[in-house]
Amino acid sequence: MAREVKIYTTPTCPYCRMAKKFLDDNGIKYQEFNVAEDKAAREEMMHKCHSLAVPTICFDDEVLVGFDKAQLRAKLGL
Amino acid sequence: MYELVVIGAGPAGMTVVVYAARKRLNTLLISYDLGGQPLTTAGVENYMGYQFIEGPELMQKFEEQVRQSPSDVKTEIGQRVESVSRINRGFEVRTDKGETYQAKAVIFATGKRPRQLNAPGEKELVGKGVTYCAICDGPLFAGEKVAVIGGGNSALEAADDMIKIAEHVYLISLTSLTGDRILIDKITNADNLTMFLEHEVLEIKGEDRVEGIKIRDLKSKQEKEFDVGGVFIEIGLVPNSGAMKGVTTLNRLGEIEVNCANETGVPGLFAAGDVTTVPEKQIIVAAGEGAKAALQAHRYLQRLKQ
Repeated sequence: MAREVKIYTTPTCPYCRMAKKFLDDNGIKYQEFNVAEDKAAREEMMHKCHSLAVPTICFDDEVLVGFDKAQLRAKLGL
Repeated sequence: MYELVVIGAGPAGMTVVVYAARKRLNTLLISYDLGGQPLTTAGVENYMGYQFIEGPELMQKFEEQVRQSPSDVKTEIGQRVESVSRINRGFEVRTDKGETYQAKAVIFATGKRPRQLNAPGEKELVGKGVTYCAICDGPLFAGEKVAVIGGGNSALEAADDMIKIAEHVYLISLTSLTGDRILIDKITNADNLTMFLEHEVLEIKGEDRVEGIKIRDLKSKQEKEFDVGGVFIEIGLVPNSGAMKGVTTLNRLGEIEVNCANETGVPGLFAAGDVTTVPEKQIIVAAGEGAKAALQAHRYLQRLKQ
């Protein structure tokens, strides 16, 4: 079953770029929120995902902070 | 068995691969990431051929050059090497994913990682306001009060970035400022920056996120406390040499001892770049060291065949 994937990023963050590239390369659809600009998304990241670091990647009910390919693979069943 | 395993894919490791490919060595590159430390370097102004280039962009160019290498090179990305041990006629490399690889020669080029402060609250609040990547997380603290810990170039760069967007920046350093004059000049007159030199961090406070910081004057022992939403720790780097402990000699900083030909004390085991005792940790130096290590490893492998 496809999971809803949200990724919270800043434009300067190299790990965000690497994480997005990984998702793109694996054909995973995701919604991106630039938390440097989007205050509502920053609040959502802080309160729903309990994270104050990027990239924060939220699945339906799970959160990954940082870019860890192995963990991403496991969560996405790749 | 591979002829060569290269561990680490920063400037040193990626240069090794390009040189190894030119010598047609059967090579495996193992690394957690592709790019290493320059991935979190904003601007590079001293890598020859570019007047200015962003760190990640430079490493993208390194990566493209690696990918153009002949197919003798395999890559395993996303794994950290946990141990390197000697086996009959070579080495066995074990990773955190439980994989093992054998090679006749190994080049260790794993670079450095940010040093931790080891203050109470730090570990618990990582990702909740404590950050080691100012370039990544800086924008999250726009309009807030933040503390930058450190007095070297990385701390000064973080402070310079943050005075433009934060309400107030506290710069806290154990020593006087040790960074480049050009960076010190940039921040000295900022209205929204307060410096606390020769101060130590006693505690980072907060439950679900960073709420404050407690510091102490090293001389007067006077303690101070501030409300901050973010703490940027920029107090230098430590070598990623854990897997080399007990295998070859490390200096007191944990750097791998190498001679000018990138040889460690163990025949067939070479090291290059920031993880070694080479003076000056610079991208251009690391790339040059990678080239030297690769050529030296090639020579070693030639001798084995004779």
